[in-house]
Formats: sequence, C-alpha cells, structure tokens
Amino acid sequence: MTLKSSDLTVGQTFSQRLVEDLKRTQIVQYAGASGDYNPLHTDEIFTTKVAGYPSVFAHGMLTMGMTGAMLTNTVGDGRLTKYGVRFTSQVWPGDTLDATATVTRVFEDGGAKLVDLDVVTVNQTGVEVLKGYAQARVD
Amino acid sequence: MSDRRDRKADTMAAKTFPVEFSHILMFARAIGDDNPLYRDPDHAKASEFGAVIAPPTFVQASAQFDPDYGLRPKIGKPWFGSGKEPTGIRREAGSGGGGGGGLHAEQHYEYHRPLRAGDVLTATTTPGKTWEKEGKRGGKLMFSESVTEYRNQDGELVVTAKGVGVRTERPADQA
Repeated sequence: MTLKSSDLTVGQTFSQRLVEDLKRTQIVQYAGASGDYNPLHTDEIFTTKVAGYPSVFAHGMLTMGMTGAMLTNTVGDGRLTKYGVRFTSQVWPGDTLDATATVTRVFEDGGAKLVDLDVVTVNQTGVEVLKGYAQARVD
Repeated sequence: MSDRRDRKADTMAAKTFPVEFSHILMFARAIGDDNPLYRDPDHAKASEFGAVIAPPTFVQASAQFDPDYGLRPKIGKPWFGSGKEPTGIRREAGSGGGGGGGLHAEQHYEYHRPLRAGDVLTATTTPGKTWEKEGKRGGKLMFSESVTEYRNQDGELVVTAKGVGVRTERPADQA
C-alpha cells in the first residue's frame, strides 16, 4: 500500500492502536530481539529495589518500533525517508498505546513527492509517551 | 577525518552487523508488527524489494554485534541485575537512577535505501554534542548525542541514526 499525494491534505490523520495492556513478557521479547537487556526493562527486583522505580518499564525503542509499524502501515513499505522521536514519558506494563500521524506538508523535492507527518503516541490516560516526525515518499 | 576521530569511531559500534531473516522475524514479533514482508520470505521475494526487509527501527539491534555493549550479560563477567541479591554489583550511593547507561531521550533515523536480509552492515559511530539541563522531575539532566552511519557490503549508506541519551541524578518522578 502506498499513499497518493493527490489524496493527502494537511491536517489529515491516521491512527492505530499499538498495544493493549502491555505485558512484561513483550518487553523481555524486545530485549532479546534488540540485545538491550538493561535490568530496568527485564528485572523487576533490580528496578524496584536498586534503581528505585515502581516497576520495570518499556524500552523507548519498543514504543518507537511499535509506532513505526503504524507509520509503515500508513505510508507503505520502504517509503520512509526520515523518522525521529523524543521519548516524553515512560511506558509501563499494563499500558495501552495509540499512535497518530498527522499530515503537516505535502510537497515535491527534486521530482520526488513527499509527505511530512507529525507523530504522537499516547497512553490510556492520554499522556503523550512519544512525540516526533516522519517523512515519506508518496506516489 | 582525523586520527582521533577514527579511533573514537572504532571503539563505539558493531564492526559488522549481518542482517538475517530470523533476526528480523524475531524483532518484528517483539514490536508486534505482523507485516508479511518481515516474516514470509516467499511473499517478500515477490515484492518490489525481492527479499525480506527490516522494519524502520531494526538497526537498533546492532547492539547484538557490539562485543563491548554494556547492557548484555557477558560470560564470566559480573552483571548488575538481580540474582540471589537485588544486584550483582555493589554500586556507589547516588550513582543515579539510570541503572545502566542512562535513559534514551531521543532517536532519529534517515533512510537512504531499503535494508534487506542478507545485507552486511558496517557501523561507524561518532560522538556528538553534550549538554545539561535542569529537569523538573529528575534533578540535573545530562544529555549526550551520538551519530551512527550504517553502510552495506557495497559501501552504500543505508541508514543514519542519531541517538540522544540522558543521565539523571535520581530516578525520574512518576508523578
């Protein structure tokens, strides 16, 4: 699936539920796949007793990865030219996340048709956990 | 490039990162992405890419190929996670809430060409800016940036990644 520039308007939004009731096991699964075994994500005892957090929490990159799936589902495979984020709040086990991309610009650059998107992911209480941007080639 | 920069770059990233289908499959499962391009080689072969490709954040998994990566238990070395005790390493009081390596504040990617299973990437990391900020929730915040260029077996630039890490003086408040 790819987007057509003629179908895009500034302000248009695309949304996707990323995860419901995030499980600790998925965080561990991401640790294994990414290679980041930081105990803050994988070890409840270390995280609560030594580091002083209420529980383990997700890698920022897990949220960025899940949000990236929303983007590729929206703009198509292999279409992203840029994707960047800030991690604005932590993501905890039990969180439900929704991501939204908003069209901010549709333009041409050197013959390539491009779209700029604002990207935001929020948790079940509406707190923003990730905020960023993406750019993609469109037809 | 100066010698000094070469040496730094040399010590900071995976030397080579072989991108393999089974690793992409596991990574896609972990981020909950059911895209058949990441899990079905036949589907991927028939696509415009001709092969399984990697999801946008996959190069983060280059940590697997960094021999010195600090957030992976290593054979015969102490590990700071819990075993019999809450931590396997005695830590200095007030050494911060970051646990290991601080927290990840930002990540940025620029994509130059598709990353395919079978590619062998070479990563070159150079340190970027560092700065400090007074945080509302975690005391003083110390930020540092690094830029990694991933090139394929033909020397072509595939992905440029810029990461920003932050260390806090104490665990960030959850209020």
